[in-house]
Parts: sequence; C-alpha cells; structure tokens
Amino acid sequence: MSTMEFGTEGKGGARLAGGLNVATLARALGDAFVKLDPRKLFGNPVILATELVAVLATISAAIAIGSGANGAFAVAIALWLWATVLFANFAESIAEGRGKAAADSLRATRTTTKAKLIVDEKQGLVVPTPAHELGLGQVILVEAGDVIPVDGEIIEGVASVNEAAITGESAPVIRESGGDRSAVTGGTTVVSDWIKVCVTSRPGSTFLDRMIAMVEGADRRKTPNEIALAVLLAGLTLIFLIAVVTLLAFAAYSGIALDPVVLGALFVCLIPTTIGGLLSAVGIAGMDRLLKVNVLATSGRAVEAAGDVDTLLLDKTGTITFGNRMATEVIPAPGIREDLALRAAVMTSLGDETPEGRSIIELARNKGFITEVPADSVIIPFSASTRLSGIDTEGKSWRKGAVDAILKLTGKTDTDAPAQFRQVVDRIARSGGTPLAIAEGKTLIGVIHLKDVVKPGVAARFADLRKMGLRTVMITGDNPVTAAAIAAEAGVDDFLAEATPEDKLRLIREEQGKGRLVAMCGDGANDAPALAQADVGVAMQTGAQAAREAGNMVDLDSDPTKVIEIVEVGKQMLITRGALTTFSIANDVAKYFAIIPALFVVVLPQLQALNVMGLTSPESAILSAVIFNALIIVTLIPLALRGVKYRAVGAGALLSRNLLIYGLGGLVAPFIGIKIIDVAITALGLA
Amino acid sequence: MNWQGWAEIALTLGLALALGWPLGIFMSRVWNKESTWLDPVLKPVERGFYALAGIDPNKSQGWLGYGASLIAFNLFGFVLLYAMLRLQGILPFNPQGFAGVSPDLAFNTAVSFVTNTNWQSYGGETTMSHFTQMVGLTTQNFVSAATGAAIAAALARAFAGNRESGIGNFWADLVRTTLYVLLPLSIVLAVALIGMGVVQNFAASVSVTTLDGASQTISVAPTASQLAIKQLGINGGGIFNVNSAHPFENPSPLTNLITAIAINTLGWAAFFAFGRSAFARKEIRALATAGILILAAGAGVIYVAEAQPAPALVAAGIENPINMEGKETRFGLASTAAWAAQTTGASNGSVNGMHGSLMPLGGGMSMLLMMLGEILPGGIGSGIAIMVVMAVLSVFVAGLMVGRTPDYLGKKIEAREIQFAMVALLVVPLSTLGFSALTVVWPDGLASLFNPGAHGLSELLYAFTSATANNGSAFGGISANVPWWNTTLGLAMLLGRFIPIVAVLAIAGSMVAKPKLAPSTGTLPTTGALFIGLLVGVIIILGALQYFPALALGPIVEHFQVLEAVSAN
Repeated sequence: MSTMEFGTEGKGGARLAGGLNVATLARALGDAFVKLDPRKLFGNPVILATELVAVLATISAAIAIGSGANGAFAVAIALWLWATVLFANFAESIAEGRGKAAADSLRATRTTTKAKLIVDEKQGLVVPTPAHELGLGQVILVEAGDVIPVDGEIIEGVASVNEAAITGESAPVIRESGGDRSAVTGGTTVVSDWIKVCVTSRPGSTFLDRMIAMVEGADRRKTPNEIALAVLLAGLTLIFLIAVVTLLAFAAYSGIALDPVVLGALFVCLIPTTIGGLLSAVGIAGMDRLLKVNVLATSGRAVEAAGDVDTLLLDKTGTITFGNRMATEVIPAPGIREDLALRAAVMTSLGDETPEGRSIIELARNKGFITEVPADSVIIPFSASTRLSGIDTEGKSWRKGAVDAILKLTGKTDTDAPAQFRQVVDRIARSGGTPLAIAEGKTLIGVIHLKDVVKPGVAARFADLRKMGLRTVMITGDNPVTAAAIAAEAGVDDFLAEATPEDKLRLIREEQGKGRLVAMCGDGANDAPALAQADVGVAMQTGAQAAREAGNMVDLDSDPTKVIEIVEVGKQMLITRGALTTFSIANDVAKYFAIIPALFVVVLPQLQALNVMGLTSPESAILSAVIFNALIIVTLIPLALRGVKYRAVGAGALLSRNLLIYGLGGLVAPFIGIKIIDVAITALGLA
Repeated sequence: MNWQGWAEIALTLGLALALGWPLGIFMSRVWNKESTWLDPVLKPVERGFYALAGIDPNKSQGWLGYGASLIAFNLFGFVLLYAMLRLQGILPFNPQGFAGVSPDLAFNTAVSFVTNTNWQSYGGETTMSHFTQMVGLTTQNFVSAATGAAIAAALARAFAGNRESGIGNFWADLVRTTLYVLLPLSIVLAVALIGMGVVQNFAASVSVTTLDGASQTISVAPTASQLAIKQLGINGGGIFNVNSAHPFENPSPLTNLITAIAINTLGWAAFFAFGRSAFARKEIRALATAGILILAAGAGVIYVAEAQPAPALVAAGIENPINMEGKETRFGLASTAAWAAQTTGASNGSVNGMHGSLMPLGGGMSMLLMMLGEILPGGIGSGIAIMVVMAVLSVFVAGLMVGRTPDYLGKKIEAREIQFAMVALLVVPLSTLGFSALTVVWPDGLASLFNPGAHGLSELLYAFTSATANNGSAFGGISANVPWWNTTLGLAMLLGRFIPIVAVLAIAGSMVAKPKLAPSTGTLPTTGALFIGLLVGVIIILGALQYFPALALGPIVEHFQVLEAVSAN
C-alpha cells in the first residue's frame, strides 16, 4: 500500500486486524486438519483432487508394504501429497484466523446488561428488558454509563457517546436527535447525559453483529472473479486429468507400465495447486487489509469492485480542501499603505472566533504583527442585517464584511468605488475566492482574499489516480466559478457545482451508463440513494443510519479520503490473484522436464536428453517435483496475505513488471528449486 | 538451407497475410451488410434465396436461435451428403461407374466435409464419382467454410454490441459469405489455375504410352474448380489421393505459390474482418501478429529440421544426405516446409509433400501447429474465433495483474465466458488424446497401423489431432478405411467442430448483452509487443502442457532414437 499523504492510519486498525501470534498459528494448524474433510474442500476442486490422489497414493503405498515390497518411495510421495493439501488448508485457516481473533475482541464488547424499555412515556416508567427481547420501533432510555444495547435512532436528547468499541477512537462524539448525527450503534457507551432511542435493528442483525460476521468471514461468498478463476482452475485440472490418464495408454503402447503413484504425482504437480491452495486466502487477506485501514466491507464483491473503479466522486469539503475558507492575502485600497491595511484586517478580526477570522489573525501573525485585543474595546459581532463585524476601540471603529455592505458604509456605490479596488474584487471572485472588504470609520482600507485552500499533496495524488486510470470528479455546493477554480488547482478531471443529492445520483447513473464503475463516499441521509447506486459506496461511521445501510462499505474513521486507499486494496487483491495464477501455471514447464524423462527413461533411455536439470534418479526427480510443489504453497503464504505491492503506474508498466516477476520467474524458479531439493534429498540419501 | 529457401517461406507466408488485409475489409462489409461493388449482380440472387426460403435476413437472432439454425443447416447438409455417398452408384456423372460407399466411410466422409475437415479415408480418384466430388463435396467445401465465417461474424457483433441480445442472422451470414466472398474468389482462382495447366474435365481417365513404351491409365477430373475452394475455403480435400503433390493438381512452382497463399489468405482475412466489424482493428492486428509469428517460427523449425543431414543417410555415406522421402523434388525443401506449416496452422490439410516422411521434429512441429488450436490463422472465421478465446484467457489470467477484473475489447470476462472458453479448449485434448488412447487399448484398434514404435504412435496421434482440429491432413501409415477408424475419426471431427462452435456462440450471446466498457489508462493494453508476447506465451505453454507427455513418446523420442541409432553404428 502506498503511503497516504493526507490520509489516516487506522486508529483501531491494529485491534481489528488481529495479530499473527503463536496462538493464531496453532489454531490455524488445527483448522488445517479439520479442513481435510472432503465436504469442506468441495468448493476447491484443485485441492480436492489433490486429496483424492493423496488417498490413492496412501492405499497404494499400504499395498506395496503389505506385499513386502520396498514402499519407502510410495510412502514419501503419499506423505508429501498430504502435506500439499495441509499447506493449502493452512493458508486458508491462517487468513481466517486473523479475522477470528478480531471477531473475538468485538464479541467481548457485546452487552449483556439489560436495556431500559420505556413502557409509559408520560410517567417515565422504565422496565429492564434483556436486549435480545427488544422489538423494532420500541423506545429505550440510555443514560450516562449505559452501553447502548442495539442500533437505533435518537428521538430525544443529546449525549456524548464513546464509540471506541466500533471505531477504536476513544474520544467521545456528540449524538443528538434530528439531523445526520442521530444514529447510535449497539455496543457503544453513553458517557454523559441521556437519550431516548428508537430501536431500528433486530437483535442479531445489529451493526456490531454484521461487523463480527464480516470480520470472521462467516458469510463469505466467492466473488464473481473468484468464481471465474475457480472455473478456469477446474478446467485446467480436467485437461491435466485427460493428459495423465491417456498417458497410461500411450505408455502401455511404448511398453512402459506406469506406477499409479508416480502418475498421481505427475497429475498433482501439473494441476494449479499453488493458486488453488492460496485463492481463498488472497480473498480473505484483502478484506483483512481493508480492516487494517479501519474500513468494513459488507462483501468481498465490494472489495473486488473497488479495484475496478473508473470514476471517483469526491466531496470537495474535507477531501480536497480543508473545508474552511482561509485568508491568503490582504490587498490595500489605492493610497493605503500595505502594513496599515494588514493592521486594519487584524483589528476587525480580533474578536472574530470564526475560522475565517482566526485565519486572518494567523496570516498577520506570520507577518510579525502583534495581535492582542486592546483594553476597553467593544467587539461588534457579525449581524445578518448589517453583514458586518468588527471592533470599536481607541475612538476608532474597524469593520469588515461583504464588499457591497462596506461600500455602503463608506458612502460609495459599486460604480464610484476606485477602479483598482473593483478590479481586485473581481479577480478574487473569478479565482473562486471570497473578497471581504475592510473599512476604518468611513475610509475604505482594502480587501481580504479568503480562499478555500486545497490540501497539500492532493494534486499529486490525483495525478497518481489518473495513471491508475481513475477519473476524479469533485462534488461541491459552490457556484460554478468557485468550483472551476478549485477543480483546476486540485487537478481533478471534472467537477459538479451546485450539486444536490439528486445531481449526484444522476451523475453516477450517467457514468455507469458509459460503462464506468463509480465509487463515492457520503454520510448524510440524503446521500443514501447515491451510495446505494454507486458500485462502491463508502458510508462514514459518524453518518446517518440510512447512509450506513445504503453503502457497501463503512469507514470507521469517517475519513472521506479513505476511498482512495480502498481502491488500492481492491487492486492489490486482484493483482495478487493474477500473479499467483500466472506463477502457478508457468511452474508446470519445469515439472514436465523433471517428471517426463523420469517416467520413461528406463524403457526409452533416449529421453534422458530431456533431463535438463540433471536430476539424480527417476525417484529423486519425481519426489523433488512433488516436494517443490508442496513447499511453494507455504513459501507463498506471506505473499498471499500481504499482497503484491500496487504501484500507481500505467497498466502497461504494471503488466510488464508483474509478467517479468511472476511469469518469467514462474518459469525459472522451479528449475532452480527442484534442482536444489534433488541435491538435498540425494545428499540425505532419501531417494 | 539457403537464403532462397528462407525468402520463399517469407514470401508465401507474407503474401497470404498481406492479401488477407483488403479481403478482410471486403469480408467485413459483407458481414455488416454494407454495400459492395458486387451488389448489382449478386443482390438479386441474394434476395431470391431469402424469398425462396422465407427468411428475413434482418431479423437478428439470439445465440440459441443462431446456434439452432447453424446446427440444423449442418445436420441437413450431413444427411444429404450421406445419402449421396451411399447412392453414388445410381447418380449421374459417374463415368468410372463407382458404386455407393460403405456406411462407415459415408459417415466419415460426410462428417469430414460438413465439418470443413476434409479428412479422406479414401483415394478420391478411385472412390468418388465426378457428381459426388462436384455436387456433394464441393458444395460442402463452400458452405462449411461459410459456417466457420458465420461464427466470427456473430462473435464480432457480440463484441461490438452494447447491451443487446441478437448476434446477427445465421442465414444471412451463410448466404452472404458464400455468395460475395467464396464464390467470386473461387471462380477467379479456378479460371486462373486452368490457365496455368491444372486439369479440368469430366473424363474418367486418359490412357497414354509412356516414354519407355508401357501404357498407363491416368485419372483426370474436374480438378481446378474443386482445387480453388479446397484452398480458399481452407478445406484441403483433394480430388487426387496425393493432393497438391499431384502434377495435375499442382503443375508448376507458380501454381504451388498461388495455392499455398490461398491456404491462409481467407483465414487472415477473417481476422481483419473481425477487427473491422468489432471496432477493434488494432487489437485484432495484435492477434494476427501473434499468429504469424508462431506460424513463421513453425515453418522455420520444419525447414531447419528437414535441412539437417539425416543421420541414417549420413551413416550410409550418401553424398547429399538430405531426407527427400515424401517431398516433391519439383518444389524442394523450403516449399514443403512452408506448405506443411501453412496447412497445419490453418485447418486446411492439403499437402504438397507427405508429412509422415518428414524428420521427427518436422513432423512433430506440423502436429503441434494443429494442437495449438488451429488459430494460425485457422479456418475462415473458426480460426479468429478460437484466437479470440485464447486472447480472452490470456487477458483473464494476466489482466488481473494490472489490478482490475479483466475485460477484453470492452467486455468484462466473467465466470460464464470462462466456463465456455474452457469447454471449447477442453474438448480438443479430450477428443485427440481420448480417441488415441482408446485406439491403443481397443482390441484390433492398432491393427490398421503399419509402423511400430514411436513413429506408429505419431501416426495415431496425428490422425486424431488432424480430425479433432478439423484439419484433414494425415501422417499416413494407417489404413483408415475400416469401421473403427472411420467411426472414431468421424466422432472426433464432430466433437472438434461443433462443441467449440456452440461454446463460442454461447460466449457471443453472453458478451453481446454486456455493457461496452470505456477503456482507460488502467485497462490492460491489448495491443503492442507486450500483449503479443503474452499471447504467444499463453498459446504455446497451454498447447505444450496438454500434449507434451504424448509428444514425448512420439516425435520427441523418435528424434533422439534417430540420432542414437546412427551414433550406435
């Protein structure tokens, strides 16, 4: 994962992602044996086929020993075939294990205390009721210190709520009735005050329950791409079955009686056991990586779709800009000295506690001004009627406000204001900023340039996204002029100005109509339709209940920039899948060169020429190939869990790089690996 | 080996590809029902066909309807041809008085020509009447080729479409391809070939007195007319048993060059037609490049293998120890190598030399070229269709490595497409290896095999590879006109033809309904050297992986045995 310049490291990430420790490893090892049950392998034809061959090899070895023959070779092959199955199972259970550990810690936060069910509104009569008996629409009272038992909507009251159980963030947040902050989540704790909550989810299907199920992978279904890949792998398995079974006849024709154990070994070496064994681990690890950045996906399908996203809808505020307009310069009116203008700007803002006001003080402080509030001064707060604010002190009155309001104050009109002043005001407006005029008494002093400041690094980030093939569209309520200016500065590909929720929905449908996949994030109840329509809808945990239910992901940190990381996680998962498949198939070439000469060389000594690796004996060659085939699964488990690194370069560069590593590497690696194993088992006298 | 040889190979392969370009544009116009300069003459004929059959050519069919029409038409063609073969004795234009053919040979031959394979378990000039050749076999040479083209036309429409349901009208594709492409070209080529000395008459034979005074009866036939479509339609079944090695069928180096080019031209044309009709010219150029690279490499390997001194001849102390058994001395090594690659890379199957007499590696390569799926360029349309399936599979595996679920030509590749792609792929080794293995274990299955050992296995494998791949060429060494071989080879041809066709149509049906995605810089590039390299790798590795064990016991071990036998002396 590439570093986020303005993103967040998941606060609760470490908690949710679970750790790799001795206990999880031990549990995974145990699970690997449980998964030997063929019914559990039914969804994985490659490994199921491997297990069947292992059973046959075991029977064959037993018969050989029973008939007094030297069964050492058959036993060794059978053991390594079983190891292949176990390694594949182990890969899956270790991936699941990390989720299980996280689920356990979540489960511990589920409340067992009784809810206070309000039975009589007027008298405030409350009956303690077990949480699992609560019905939809019932109203409960939650007071300071209580754990909220189920998901619900606040219908009365304000409270600060500690949501650490869900988000990992320990600072409490305010939840109140009405608006977009009225949703509360079961498992969180009221820290102060009280609220009345209307139950909106049935026990067992609360957000926390869903979260546990997701983390644990209990209702994990194969994603569309995973299904397609499984079909391909099953097809390849069948092709190799045909190749190996018919080989019996061809060998018989050539006067060679093939040992079924050896034929089984050839079959297992050829079928794509590497990717077959690691496929589900890759999928689970993808979900797990999302958890690490504190994002919950409702399905693996959503993670996969994230990799495919073409268009990213980003809210301007909070994602692209800091969200507050900030003063960037003070321009004096004609005939006014620059330092005087700046001083006037400071004076008008001394009592101004709005972010804009503070940004003016900040600007002045950076230029070395002293910004103490003078004694016996009267602060004039902003009023909607005058549209002015300022300060009266030392017999002078300082005011700032909308340009027309200040002009009126100074007794001028739009036309007889100084031309230079008017030009400055125009320039600021055109650039998407807000001009704020300043006056001292009846004298026009100058203009403050307030600007929506784009976060640093955003433009570079969007350039990266463009290289990945993603189009960014900025969504803002600003007018088109302001929006265009900010869009140009941030380097987005397009923008939607004066956007209403309906506009968003329409834009998403348009993009999808052009065959593009759309991702967006949102938190308001009015975002819900757009979140549901988008292919990847990321709802903020702090957002409205409707939004959280409409999206297919929830960001526990409520950070709108997270959607970029989500796309990267999706891509990483797909790349890992492709890389392991390519590697697995490319491996077969070397295995042929190990096994084919070994099979036939006794009767057709000429085929020794194909033994390009110079393997010691037919037995050592076959055993080496089988051992390599098993060990490569274990070797690649860390890669499957960690994922292949995604780089924001064009698709062509990415493909050539990964083809080189996993395609060419997959061709070459087994030649080396099998040779090394052959040397080792020869030295140990094992074959 | 000499530079003239390499130049000849390059010229033959290159001209076929180059001619395919303009012909492909024309073919695409025919598929798209755009106007052509032949309209004034052919449009009324075309309309007449539709009126006669009561068909609305503008009614686009779903894949099931399209497939059902295709199967029905081919079934009808099979029954008709089967009946004609059985009743040959009482039908006209039979100067030699040939009787009706046996049931198993009739089954084999009818399947063979309906499936565009043209495997011949018989010797043409000693079995088939002029009527059978011209009315039965030649008709199928046209319509089986058009059937293949129809698949490509339908698949191209599927990739061009955006959330649609129809993939075109089979009857229109069949009629238009036959009428506007195959018929005019065949007429022109046939007339040209007659001018160059290819025989065309209705006599049974001519009796001549040879130079040393003996009298000889030489069969003649309406050759040129069948030769033209035999090559252009990528059919391959000759009038004469020795096919294009016969001086009446291939009298001069010029006819050799022209007929060699004709083997591949319309196969490549179907590539370019697909590219134009699917709005994917650049992408299909990449597929054609991959195809010509593998084909050229194959021709090169055969040429090099044949130009090596044959160890046995060296050991015998022969002055020029090049293996010329089975090669036409009139045409030489390079021409045999080019033809062998072209005829096996396309599913043609005509020969100008005997493949069974090639050196083990040369023969093995001609077998491998068929095993790669008949996509170099394969039959008209059937070649590009399977090549697109190979591209889909390549994109599916490697495409994931750019971090997107894969799409090809703007269409997402999902489980359904992979399922049918695997069906199309799977049936080939199932039939090739399955029937070969069955023949080994079947009582008396090997009785028809003349040669023992590795060469015998090669003959066996080659026969079923050729049948399944709808190629039709043979390694010889088998008396195939017996019930077991006629039946199994017939079944192999049917499986190898219609299972992939149905699978491709199913893919078309699923693709046409999908939204056409807009490409972005994050989309896997399916043009350019990288993708071509990837595709070549996938085709070779996939083909090699399926057949390497069997090939190891056939041509590969034979190669080492040939070397060893000599060094042991």
